[in-house]
Amino acid sequence: MFARGAGVTLKVALLSAGVALLMSLLAGLGSGSRFAFVRAICRLYIQLFRAVSLLVLLFWMYFALPFAGIELSKLLSAVLAIGLNIGAYGAEIVRGSVAAVPKGQYEASIVLNLSQSQRLWRVVFPQAFVRMLPPMGNLMIELLKATSLIYFITLADLTYEAMILRNNYYIWTPYIFGMLLGIYFLLAACITMAIRILERKFTAWR
Amino acid sequence: MWDWSYAAEILPGLLKAFRNTIGAALAGFGLAVVIGLVLAMFARSRWGPVRWVIRSIVEFIRSTPLLVQLFFLYYSLPMLTPLSFSAFATGVLGLGLHYGTYLSEVYRSGIEAVPRGQWEAAKALNLSRVKTWFSVILPQAIPPVIPMMGNYLIVIVKETPTLSAITLVEVLLSAKNTASITYRVFEPYTIAGILFLLLSLVLSFGVSRMEKIMKRRYAG
Amino acid sequence: MNQQLAEPSAAEKPERPVADAKAPPLVQYEQVTKRYGELEVIKGIDLTLQPGEKLALIGPSGSGKTTLGRMLATLEKPTSGRILVEGESLWEMRMPSGKTVPANDRHLRRLRGNIGMVFQHFNLFPHMSVIDNVTLAPRSVLGLSKEEAHERAVTMLGKVGLDSKLSEFPSRLSGGQKQRVAIARALVMQPKVMVFDEVTSALDPELVGEVLAVMKEIARDSDMAMMLITHEMDFARDIADRVVFGAEGRIVEQGTPADIFGQPRSERLRSFLSRFG
Repeated sequence: MFARGAGVTLKVALLSAGVALLMSLLAGLGSGSRFAFVRAICRLYIQLFRAVSLLVLLFWMYFALPFAGIELSKLLSAVLAIGLNIGAYGAEIVRGSVAAVPKGQYEASIVLNLSQSQRLWRVVFPQAFVRMLPPMGNLMIELLKATSLIYFITLADLTYEAMILRNNYYIWTPYIFGMLLGIYFLLAACITMAIRILERKFTAWR
Repeated sequence: MWDWSYAAEILPGLLKAFRNTIGAALAGFGLAVVIGLVLAMFARSRWGPVRWVIRSIVEFIRSTPLLVQLFFLYYSLPMLTPLSFSAFATGVLGLGLHYGTYLSEVYRSGIEAVPRGQWEAAKALNLSRVKTWFSVILPQAIPPVIPMMGNYLIVIVKETPTLSAITLVEVLLSAKNTASITYRVFEPYTIAGILFLLLSLVLSFGVSRMEKIMKRRYAG
Repeated sequence: MNQQLAEPSAAEKPERPVADAKAPPLVQYEQVTKRYGELEVIKGIDLTLQPGEKLALIGPSGSGKTTLGRMLATLEKPTSGRILVEGESLWEMRMPSGKTVPANDRHLRRLRGNIGMVFQHFNLFPHMSVIDNVTLAPRSVLGLSKEEAHERAVTMLGKVGLDSKLSEFPSRLSGGQKQRVAIARALVMQPKVMVFDEVTSALDPELVGEVLAVMKEIARDSDMAMMLITHEMDFARDIADRVVFGAEGRIVEQGTPADIFGQPRSERLRSFLSRFG
């Protein structure tokens, strides 16, 4: 039964991570755009979604939106709420990492006559990527923890299944929760390890 | 879809619950500030096993969801120990423990930024460890990281709805209850959302003002 | 004191292609000024550079010489005035109707293809090996195939003495080696004029020689115009066809190395040179 819950947790986590990473890239890179309009939209997204309470956003998307005519499934509400919220934090990380690339790299690319997109993808982003990994890793752990909130909209994740288990096996409550904590801890450790492997792979040149 | 008169009707009730939200957040933050400091100081202990224990605790708490920790504290703790707290107290305890670990990292960065020479000077003057910590190191370590801690206050405020899972009546739960009574769902949740947004933006503004003041005082 | 700066005998001076003085100028600065807010760094400069000419820019810091070089490399835009490359204004385009409009990206990139630059702080791409650093632009900008780019790169790296370090990463190289890679990276694009912005100023003294040696060879063997912004007076004397001395954003004196170093006319230049013994 835990396995089923774990499956749901992982599914929500992976999908929202996808949304979050996409938004991080779009808004993070967009913050440095030439066009003031694009920059403004990115700033608005980042400020707004960093300021919302995730649980409230989740509730609003699942319970309130239907009354405005938009009905989202539990899965979609969860993935969008978590993805957009975490994505705003990720965008800040991307933006900061890109800004940390030394100006000389831009200048060298200019005098070598690289196009703007060549400059971004061949020179700037590879260097920003390495700087992004540790904070992004932490953010992904936050995302994993955020998935537990889908318990509130009765999406049958790990936490939800644990509560059901507890109803049937009341005596074992401490162990159930203890084990639940342990499972999350293991998943978080996997993420940390994955980030470390990525880091080692990409920083050979440092 | 949006009924202004209904919104005005339910606003006072929601604001009252919002007071609970703020109260729990402030209390939780206060506890986290203390726990964070304790953890940070013990993380620098001379004894290896102590450092290892502290680091493991911090890792564990930071890697697991607040929600599950709250469940554990509220439902499991009374079964294992004679201790049993109210929903509010448990919520504050949960927030304090969880975010205490984050704040311990913030303290750590502040402490590490204090030049080594300060420790050495204190030692040369034969100051006790307590005196060293409280008269020399912390007064230099803490002010620069206050903005960072302010950010965590904002995070804690936004996390308080999670406490509704252990029956603390804060604004989200209040909104939920209101909605279930009247079947008008859109206004309660939207108002709750806006309340958080506003508080968050105001606090963010305050934190960045503080950051500017700190930068001016401590830069260079 | 003057003996140290006296011109070397004719036998010592290296053979090299002579700058074509009769051809139309390769680069022209016309009444160029540059202002950063209140601060005017360049105050109305006229300067030309002939094809193949080796020009040395010397002067105290703040004289604006680096800014002049950066403007040619399109890293900065003049506040007023024009910079012409092969007769075309860098920052303006002439439309078929005859109107002059601000240059678009394509115009800039086309003209930029004739200009190269080597930086004081190298600016190598740290995440790429030496060979990748040098082949990136030929492949992406010139459209060369992997093999062609590789061949050109190896030749150029051989010229600077680093063809044994192809797969090394910049973090493993000494300062002098990094600068030589940077020179190869710029040369492989075959620009008509190259700006060398104080390329030895950031190097430890014992590494300066290897870079200067490479540059001497380049000056001798190629008909590329070179703008050498430098503090190395001996080097300027050896290499340059013409030396320009600037201070506080203006040109104070210019002439052949013999004139500038042997018979400085202005007091400013004299006091500047006296600092170099």
